[in-house]
Amino acid sequence: MLGGLKAIVARDLRLSMRRRGDVLNHLVFFVIVVTLFPLGVGAEPNLLRAMAPGILWVAALLAAMLSLQRLFAADFADGTLEQMLISAQPLGVIVVGKMIAHWMVSGLPLTLLAPVLGVQFDLPQAALVTLVLSLGIGTPVLSLIGGVGAALTLGVRGGGVLLALLVLPLYVPVLIFGAGAVVEVSSGMSAAPHLSLLGAFLAISCAVAPWATCAALRVAYD
Amino acid sequence: MTIDSYRLQGEPGIRGWLLFRFAAPQAFYPLAGRMIPWFGALATLLAAAGLYISFFVAPTDAQQGEAYRIIFIHVAAAWMSMFLYVVMACWAALGLVLNTRLSGMMASAIAPTGAMFTFIALWSGALWGKPTWGTWWVWDARLTSELILLFLYFGFMALTNAIEDSRRADRAGAVLAIVGVINIPIIYFSVQWWNTLHQGASVSLTRAPSMAMTMLTGMLLMALAAWMYSIAVVLARVRSIILERERDAEWVRGLRGVE
Repeated sequence: MLGGLKAIVARDLRLSMRRRGDVLNHLVFFVIVVTLFPLGVGAEPNLLRAMAPGILWVAALLAAMLSLQRLFAADFADGTLEQMLISAQPLGVIVVGKMIAHWMVSGLPLTLLAPVLGVQFDLPQAALVTLVLSLGIGTPVLSLIGGVGAALTLGVRGGGVLLALLVLPLYVPVLIFGAGAVVEVSSGMSAAPHLSLLGAFLAISCAVAPWATCAALRVAYD
Repeated sequence: MTIDSYRLQGEPGIRGWLLFRFAAPQAFYPLAGRMIPWFGALATLLAAAGLYISFFVAPTDAQQGEAYRIIFIHVAAAWMSMFLYVVMACWAALGLVLNTRLSGMMASAIAPTGAMFTFIALWSGALWGKPTWGTWWVWDARLTSELILLFLYFGFMALTNAIEDSRRADRAGAVLAIVGVINIPIIYFSVQWWNTLHQGASVSLTRAPSMAMTMLTGMLLMALAAWMYSIAVVLARVRSIILERERDAEWVRGLRGVE
């Protein structure tokens, strides 16, 4: 089972590396969205410093959401997903493997890129560390919950916008605690409560999301 | 087919037989038709009594004046909006587990009514907020979570509408509704904590704890009216859904007035 998991992760990573453009596009999108905010609200440093956690988190949310369609769509289109459904491996393992791979090419690069953008917003060093931590805990949740949405909208017309409509309301708690942790540190308090809640949310998502995704995939192939 | 022949096939007795009987859209359709006038009449009577008490019997509020009377619609709508989502998720889960056709139809019949009550709760809340708080909208925990609830309803309706095959739409909607119902308390508490952390208690929704008996009566009557209305409307909508989905069935063709 663990071998199957490794194989799925390795396969999906290899596929992503063969189409590096897709992965890079989402990162560029993330950078552009973040850059647009100072242009829109003005370059006042205090204002930007106060808004930075929210801006970075919302941009990360959108970038992660845009990459969700990659999760199952290609495998669905060429029939690989159907073979996975009838394979000897439990579907849950395959789904978790795909989510891990998805996080490694979407959430992880965002997390690593975020402090660079944080510097642009003049975030203090402690806040930058917390930003990386909160994104590190929070972005897997985005991949997990997003997986449910991606599976539900497989092959449905208007899938992209629909996916956003389904998934974004469910992202609210992650956004609140993720951005909240950075705000807390910026105002000189401990981020531990927020990060713990984010961790709790990650634990719940790990338990529920793969199951719901499997159910949604079976529905899609009914 | 008699009850006995059902028993022979392993059906669990008469009670189970009745339940299973009405789980069939064909049997439920006339039953719903018979129930709609009753619930409709109850809704009208309760709403009339509730509105009479709200506007003529209940005293004027000492602090908020006449504006507080929005509460009679606002609270009933807010209760219904949350309750209906749970009911919808229950029907959806039932449909997913037992694989009954009617459950999915019930879930998709409830969603528009739930969304309507959510919208009414938000709108009447805004109308109430303007005279009492001096603003249409505050990022209060309850308002924000109610808004997100509206988004969840929209998501459910958008998903079930986007999928052509009605059976698949029901089951996909069911998965979403269940995920949503797990999320509702999480969203509610996270918004509440976000609110207390970010914003001082400048505006509080909590009113004086002691409420005049007539006010409470009016509110409960309105809430009951909202219940009866929801049941009547959902039954009417589920009848249309049944007709639409079963249009090729023999029994639908046999209905009077359907060619």
